[in-house]
Amino acid sequence: MADKAKSAYWQGVRDGAPFIFVVSPFAMLFGVVSAEAGLNVFEALAFSVVVIAGAAQFTALQLLQDNAPTFVALASALAVNLRMAMYSAALTPHLGAAPFWQRGLIAYFLVDQTYACSVMAYEKNKGWGLAQKTAYFFGTMTPVCPMWYVMTLVGAWAGAAIPPDYALDFAVPITFIALTAPMLRTAAHRAAALVSVVMALAFAWLPFNLGLMVAGLSGMITGAQIELRLRARGTWVDP
Amino acid sequence: MIDKTDLWIVIVLLGLGSFALRFAFLGLIGNRPMPEWLLRHLRYTAVAILPAIVAPLVAWPAALEGQTDPARLAAACVTLAVGYATRNVILSIVLGAGTLYLGLFLQG
Repeated sequence: MADKAKSAYWQGVRDGAPFIFVVSPFAMLFGVVSAEAGLNVFEALAFSVVVIAGAAQFTALQLLQDNAPTFVALASALAVNLRMAMYSAALTPHLGAAPFWQRGLIAYFLVDQTYACSVMAYEKNKGWGLAQKTAYFFGTMTPVCPMWYVMTLVGAWAGAAIPPDYALDFAVPITFIALTAPMLRTAAHRAAALVSVVMALAFAWLPFNLGLMVAGLSGMITGAQIELRLRARGTWVDP
Repeated sequence: MIDKTDLWIVIVLLGLGSFALRFAFLGLIGNRPMPEWLLRHLRYTAVAILPAIVAPLVAWPAALEGQTDPARLAAACVTLAVGYATRNVILSIVLGAGTLYLGLFLQG
């Protein structure tokens, strides 16, 4: 049994390893952007360790820099992280029986990469027991999450040395567009994004960055409604 | 300049909130399924929130006091096109940044 868990752990490590090349530049970018925003190395690292969610960290930092009210920065970043609740729900049938402290750790390390690897592996290896599933999850986390901390640190050090005329204000927009574009796989996703862009521009004049909330909610409702229509017509394809 | 108190409030509360979202089902709710309408809306959070953050930054970059900039617009379009076509996040960041610097260079 212990052997099986061990081999599941190492399989997780192997499956997670390629994500080092995705996570490292992203973490470094966060470090650089936080340095540009005036955060010191400790603050940047604390951000990555406490929150451990790239897009939400960039969101919060960007809005704080735009002098948005604290609650708007917080609400927007949490909205970006709502997908984590879906991940949590998706893994519950597999890992819900683990001891409480393990579920706590799993929740902390539940990020895009560990989630994606795990659901795929659990789908493929239907015979796995709880010990193997848990071991595999921690395997996928091992190369990915420590890298997130280390490269944030490297970025924060490097960022302090980069002069401001490198147009780094645009690092966040480019990163977000690059993250979003591959998600635009269905008509519902494309419509949600389009409505959100139009509404964000149309309501940019609202105080407290509330335009963002209006645009985000409009986009979500649009996506959900289009999905319903497509399902009713029988033309919905899971992304 | 970001106020340090605000910064730490956001770091701590965002950390707690994100953990709560991750822990919600795994730790507390167990195997009960979520209502379908809620899942349907949650599916679109990322594609609704991220573009809403980006759009004003692309249209009216703060670094230029809100003046629309062809180099930044072009970079945004290239990033979107490459990301959509290839699904490769790093490649689209690299080509988008390349477009931005090329554009800034051409503008002098």
